[in-house]
Parts: sequence; structure tokens; C-alpha cells
Amino acid sequence: MTGTVLRGLHAAVLTGTLVLASGVALAAEKPIKLGVLEDQSGDFAVATIGKVHAIQLAADEINKAGGIMGRPLELVVYDTQSDNTRYQEFMRRVLQKDKADAVFAGFSSASREAYRPIVDQLNGFAFYNNQYEGGVCDGHMIVTGAVPEQQFSTLIPWMMEKYGKKVYTLAADYNFGQISAEWVRNIVKQNGGEMVGEEFIPLGVSQFSQSIQNIQKAKPDFIVTLLVGTAQASYYEQAASANVNLPMASSVNVGQGYEHKRFKPPSLKDMYVTTNYIEEIDSPKSKEFVAKFKAKFPNEPYINQEAENSYLAVYLYKQMVERAKSTKRDDIRKVIAQGDVCMDAPEGKVCIDPKSQHMSHTIYLAHVNADHSIDFPKVWPDIKPYWLGDAGCDLTKKDPMAQYTPSNPPPK
Amino acid sequence: MDIATFAFAALYQFADAFAFLVLSACGLAVIFGMMGVINLAHGEFIMCGAYVTATAVHAGLPLPLAILAGALVSAVVGMLVEFVVVRHLYERPLDTIVATWGLSLIATQGTLIVIGSTMAGVGTPFGSFQVGAYSYSIYRIVLFLAALGVLGSLYALFNWTSFGVKARATIQVPHMADALGVDTRWIYSLTFACGAGLAGLAGGLYAPTMTLVPTMGATFLMEAFVTVVIGGADVFLGTAPAAAVLAVVKSVMTSWQGQLFGQIGLLVAVIIVVRVLPKGISGFLLRERT
Repeated sequence: MTGTVLRGLHAAVLTGTLVLASGVALAAEKPIKLGVLEDQSGDFAVATIGKVHAIQLAADEINKAGGIMGRPLELVVYDTQSDNTRYQEFMRRVLQKDKADAVFAGFSSASREAYRPIVDQLNGFAFYNNQYEGGVCDGHMIVTGAVPEQQFSTLIPWMMEKYGKKVYTLAADYNFGQISAEWVRNIVKQNGGEMVGEEFIPLGVSQFSQSIQNIQKAKPDFIVTLLVGTAQASYYEQAASANVNLPMASSVNVGQGYEHKRFKPPSLKDMYVTTNYIEEIDSPKSKEFVAKFKAKFPNEPYINQEAENSYLAVYLYKQMVERAKSTKRDDIRKVIAQGDVCMDAPEGKVCIDPKSQHMSHTIYLAHVNADHSIDFPKVWPDIKPYWLGDAGCDLTKKDPMAQYTPSNPPPK
Repeated sequence: MDIATFAFAALYQFADAFAFLVLSACGLAVIFGMMGVINLAHGEFIMCGAYVTATAVHAGLPLPLAILAGALVSAVVGMLVEFVVVRHLYERPLDTIVATWGLSLIATQGTLIVIGSTMAGVGTPFGSFQVGAYSYSIYRIVLFLAALGVLGSLYALFNWTSFGVKARATIQVPHMADALGVDTRWIYSLTFACGAGLAGLAGGLYAPTMTLVPTMGATFLMEAFVTVVIGGADVFLGTAPAAAVLAVVKSVMTSWQGQLFGQIGLLVAVIIVVRVLPKGISGFLLRERT
């Protein structure tokens, strides 16, 4: 029985493994193995298939240009099916059996926290290429996604200035939503605003009539929507058809699930999102990236911020390995500690912060118009992921391998 | 807030929850109540109805016709599934659970592979209206009327038509119905198709209000099963009163403490009802009657 299962798994691995080596010289060198654990099916697939493609694109380009230190980059791709237990199984597998040098893994924070202890325990090296609620202080992780101090400390004050000080939060009920809502609460308070309501929605809920009424009862000036997953995304259509007609602020929509492309206008009218990348960004670097992406994957529905994070993470990894002349995590972290691991990404210049191993980003304020076109009323260049470092996380000195929140900061 | 506004708000929320429970559950209730088959692919028939509806709307069909098309296609698919899979498992009711669960996995992943991770939405028709401080979606009222319509038509179908009489006879004493010349296989097939079609109808009706993804059926499942478990085996004496009770629980709990408590309320209601009335509301009502 176990034998059959293993053989089946083995076949799945063989089909899932993409050897992207090209050129005779490259093939001779031992490849650098990059594990890719992303949801290609299940509830999160909409936002994450593009990440896999972005990694394939970057690996292709790198291999065509001679690989990393002359070694080809080999991807070991598994479909984690939007299922936290799959992450744990495949993380063990990719580290122990496939012996991947680094792993790119995870969409939801729940899945990241499911696999992170395994990375720590097996002494692996993982990249989390996703925006999230922040606070992971773990030397085994590099986070290339944006965090709340980058997304909310820009977005919420801007919204309060434009629309008013009464705020209502509608958030997904798990670690991401809860911690993000805490950030919103704190920033609203610091700026002299008032939280007129807060509701946490269990994942998978798709009917919002009562929540819509609760919002109308509270009469906020704008709503912060931190809804996650395709079921919860039904909120926008239902709110629009009930004529709620309030501006919305979000750190997750548009930039991840490209709801403005998928939903019928004008259900996302006046949604404001802070994101470090979306394909509408009108800069030469961004346009070049979109053109390359569409050339390789012509049917890609959308290139979201996670796709860009994943793409630039491969190049950052290349840079760090080449500078460290090693794929060992400790050697790479010595390079990070120098504080100058930067690159010109499609979004603009990004750098890794040595204290938290998070990234600085260009933050774009994307505004959805009534016809679901996007404009950018504001751009904040070089926004640093300052919170962890300020709160006392310093990975160059100590590695607590923990996640902190504003109400549970690192011990002094 | 004056009393009229409050009363209307409460009524609207009740109607909305009632419609969702009835529409998501009645397909499941028909198949379970009439045939004893627990159809775990129920959510995928809903998804099928929603996808066909959206495709038909994108192809230029008016929405009501598109919804009917969604229901019809689901019914045909249901008939096919009955013929290929379920028919061979009537003697083994537990195996139908595994078989239909397998079908549901195949359908979800198959849709993901063939159509992709998402589909363009339809947009909710009719706009909104204002009562007091609140604005409401008109389409939600349509959904409530549709739920009432479905219950009425099911009652008429099973009580006033010759198919209904034969179906009930087949369900009560299959070999007797067979001996009297009723083609029981055909009746089972039609009943399954009817259940699948109702699921498709629910999908079609909710398609304009939801994100269309391969896993969308799963969001109906909890409510559907809760309603059927509480209702018991009889569609009319079970599903409708169960939905009414649960709609009150859900709308009151949600307006009081939010969605999480709405869901907790539903599950607590199930636990209590299963403990007190093991055969569900319909079992209780039928026992009282005899």
C-alpha cells in the first residue's frame, strides 16, 4: 500500500519537476535546486498560479544567461492545493528528499505558519513572497512581500484625510485578518480617527446581507476590507447591489486576486489599495516585465504583486548566492548582513533589511474607477519594513524564529 | 431607528437567510429524502449551474433563461451521473458517499484545469431600494420569491402529477411499485436529475451575486447539510420549516455578534435538534400526525 502511494508520488514529482537546464556546459554542473510550494489548485489558486509562472520565467532567463555561478537552476514544483497539511508534507519532502537549496513557499499566513517550524527544524531556507500581516522574525525566512507598516501606514492616513475619520473594518477571521485589523485600529487611533465597527468573517463565508446592514448601521466614512479567498470576495458584488456606495481601503484586493478584472464593474468602484506591484504600473521596467511574462505565458490572466515578488526573489537569490559563493544559508546571511542586497525590480528599487530579512518596497496607491480601470493617485518610493527592527528584532544578532505582533512585540 | 425600519430590516435578513438555506438545501433534500443517497457532489451541481448560467449570459442570453439553462444542464448531468455511477450503488448507500465525494473532487479539479481558476462574473441585476437608513438589493427579494416558488413547485410536482405519485410509490415500497408496472429505474433517474437540477437552479440564481470559482459549491454545503439534517427525510415537512428555524437563528445571531456567531448558531442548532429530534423536524411532524 505504502509502496504504491510512494510510487504514485514519485511519478507526480517527476512530472512536477521542471529541469530548466539549457546548454551543454550548464548541464555538466550540479544544479541548484529551488523548491516551489505554491497553491495551483483550491481556494487560493486564483492568486498563486502566477507566482509559479513568475518563478519559471525568472529561472528560464537565468538559465539562458548561464545559470547561477555556472550552475543551472532546477525547480522542484509541488501543488500545495490551498491546504496547510500539504505544505507540511511537501516542505519535509522538498528539504529532506529533494534536498532543495532554497524553497519558495506559501500564500496564506496560515500555510506559512504551518510550514515555518519545519523549515526551522530541518534547518532549511525559505522565501515567503507574499504580502502579509508582518512580524516574522526568523533567520530561516526571507520575506519579499509587503507588510502592514508599508501598506497601512501609507493607506489609512491618506484615506482618513480624503474621506473622514470614521472607519469600519471587515476582515477575514484568521491570523492575517486579525493582526492586520490590529494594525488598522492602531493607525486609526494614532491619527485621531474612530473605529465605528469591526467584523471578522470566517473563511468560506459567501453571504453578506447582514454584514452589509451592520455597516450601514455604523455609518463609517470608509470601509477597510481585508477579505481573503474567493468565497469572501462575493462581498463586493453584494455590497454594490445593495448600494452601500462607500469608499473601500484594502491591502489584499486588486494586487492579489485582481478582482477588478474578474468582477463586473462597478462593484469595486472607489476601492483604494496599497500594493508594491500590479501589471497596470506604467513604468518602462514594469512594461518590460509584463511583455516578457505575456510572451512566455500568453494566457496569464493577470500579473499580481506576488508574481512580481516571486520573480524578483529568484534574482535576489541569484545575487546573494553569487556574492556568498555558496548556497549555504549562513553564508548568504552574511551577505544580507552587509545591508546592500538590492536590485532594480519591475516595481522599482528594492533592498533586503538585514535586521528583519524583509524588503523595502515602492508602494503604489491603486484606485479602482467605476469602469474598473486603475489610476495611481499617489506613489511612495522606498518604504522600509521598519516595524520589526524598531520593535527589537535583529536577525544579525539573534534568531528567535518567532512571529510578533504590535500587541505581542519581541521581548526587550 | 424607528420600529418599521427595524422590522423591515429583520424581515429582509430572515428572508435572505431563508432563501439561501432553502435553495441550497432542496436539491440535496430531494436526493436524500426520496432516494436515501447522500450526494456529496451537491456543491458541484451548484457550481455547474452557476457556470452554465454565467456562460449563457456572456453568450447573450437574458438572465432568467440563462438560469433555466443552468438548471437544465445540471439536471442532464445529474441524470448521466445517476446512470453511470449512482445507479450501481443503490444497495450500498455508504459507498455512494465515497463515490459522490470522488465525483466532487474530479469536478472541482476538472473545472480548474479546463476552464481555469476563475470565471468572469455576471453582475447583480435590478439595483437597490431604500428603507429608512438602509439600502437593500432588489435581487435578494427575487431570490426569496424564487425559494418560495421552488417549494411550491416541488409540492405540486410530487403531489399533483402522475410522476409524483409514481415517485412516492417507488420510494415507499420499490418492489410493489415495480410489480404494478412503474419503471422504478426511470423514476430514480428522474428524481436524481430533479435534485441535481434544483442544485443547478440554486447555482444559477446565486451566480450573479458571487465569485465564480471551481470551489464555489463548497460555500453552500454547510448550510445545505445543516438544513437537511435538521429537516429530516421529507422535503416539504422538513426543508421548509428547518430553513425557517435556521434562518431566524442565523439572522439574529449574525446581526447580534457577526458572521462567526451566525455559523456557530447554525451548528449548535443542529446539535440540539439531532439530540432532541433524531429524525429531524419532518420525523417529528409525521409521528405527531399518525
